[in-house]
Amino acid sequence: MIEIHDLHKYFGSLHVLKGINLNVEKGEVLSVIGASGSGKSTLLYCINGLEPVQQGNVMVDGTDVHAKGTDINKLRQQLGMVFQQWNSFPHLTALENVALAPKIVKGKSKAEAREIAAQQLKHVGLGEKLDVYPSALSGGQQQRLAIARALAMEPEYMLFDEATSALDPELVGEVLETMRMLAEEGMTMICVTHEMGFARDVSDRVAFFHQGVMEEIGPPEQIFGNPQSEHTQKFLANVR
Amino acid sequence: MEPSVSFFSGFAPKDLLFLGEAALRTMWISVLSISIGTVLGVIFGWILYEGKWAAALTVAPVLDVFRSVPLIIQLVLFYNFAPIVGLNLDPFASGVVILTIYTAALVANVARGGIEAVEPPMRRAARSLGMSYWQDLRYVVLPIGGRAVFPAWVGVALGVMKDSALVSVLGYVELLKASQILITRTQEPFLILTISGAFYFALSYPISRYAASLERKWAQ
Repeated sequence: MIEIHDLHKYFGSLHVLKGINLNVEKGEVLSVIGASGSGKSTLLYCINGLEPVQQGNVMVDGTDVHAKGTDINKLRQQLGMVFQQWNSFPHLTALENVALAPKIVKGKSKAEAREIAAQQLKHVGLGEKLDVYPSALSGGQQQRLAIARALAMEPEYMLFDEATSALDPELVGEVLETMRMLAEEGMTMICVTHEMGFARDVSDRVAFFHQGVMEEIGPPEQIFGNPQSEHTQKFLANVR
Repeated sequence: MEPSVSFFSGFAPKDLLFLGEAALRTMWISVLSISIGTVLGVIFGWILYEGKWAAALTVAPVLDVFRSVPLIIQLVLFYNFAPIVGLNLDPFASGVVILTIYTAALVANVARGGIEAVEPPMRRAARSLGMSYWQDLRYVVLPIGGRAVFPAWVGVALGVMKDSALVSVLGYVELLKASQILITRTQEPFLILTISGAFYFALSYPISRYAASLERKWAQ
């Protein structure tokens, strides 16, 4: 379970997150929507400790992410993350991209790591591309590679930071399909997204962020069908 | 008539052997300086990258001095003044020390460029997989950044190899010094400098060919 309590985040004097309180249960799929600059991506970065926080805390399965004694590298193995830019390692084949972290972080044998990697690549539909370098893959394929790379660490949670925003429109579908598959398999997911269809159909809950504040959270039917906050109504009217 | 003593004699096949031996010394002093200098340079480059203003005040100016002062001046100064502080180094050791520092100063900026070539999002992705800072450096930054600046590093290495000729001013008999000795005896500068130049070419050409083939392989 991820518990976020009174989280404040500043970039210099800019107050990006203004007291976020949020719990995400095991098996839940939460979509986070909102305009650019509303703090939704920053929230993900704070959850896996890529950004320090100034007040409040984030607990992952009872461990405080930002506490001094926390082994953040170990904790991050529980938190797979997929970014807007896929960031495939260009010097490694698809298989090596996925096998690298299990090998060096988890200390798996080379054969074991490659087996896990092959399995995860098949899982995301890249079983034919094991020995291909990222430069020969499309954006959608590279993003699925990034998903496989995160899954190979066998995380408990997956964080998606606008995973489809940098893709050409015709490639968005295959990545959303992969995310949908993960959701159906019961993965706990927090998805920062601009894909309203995905948020409505796949999520258990949807959170709307506005200027660093979580304005509204609820089941998709409520957020999309009967939004309570004026800002939510305005945002949804604009994206539709 | 007095029997004449001959100070000069023409170029003989055994002189080729003499030049070959000198070429090996050029290679040896270069390989040593370039290897140690590269390792030090990468460390300095990392300090320049991570050290921010502290590095800008300490390491950077020192490296700038070694990059900016002509190598021949550094060699003569070091060889003649090191004994004052109790360092009695022979010409070879003095040459290695100065060439190493000189290489390190040049490589430091190449290495910093290499680290900068790896975008922060790439490094965040590596860290998000649970890699430690050092694992990220070793398995992501080194291979990606290293490839980006490899051509620049080859340029530095070939340059240092040719610059090692300057160690001749300390009396170390490498390729250039050997050529000078032979020219004095044979009075055939054109022939000997051509042979000597061919040796330098033979030393650097395989390196640049190998580098080019590596780059082609990486480009795939």
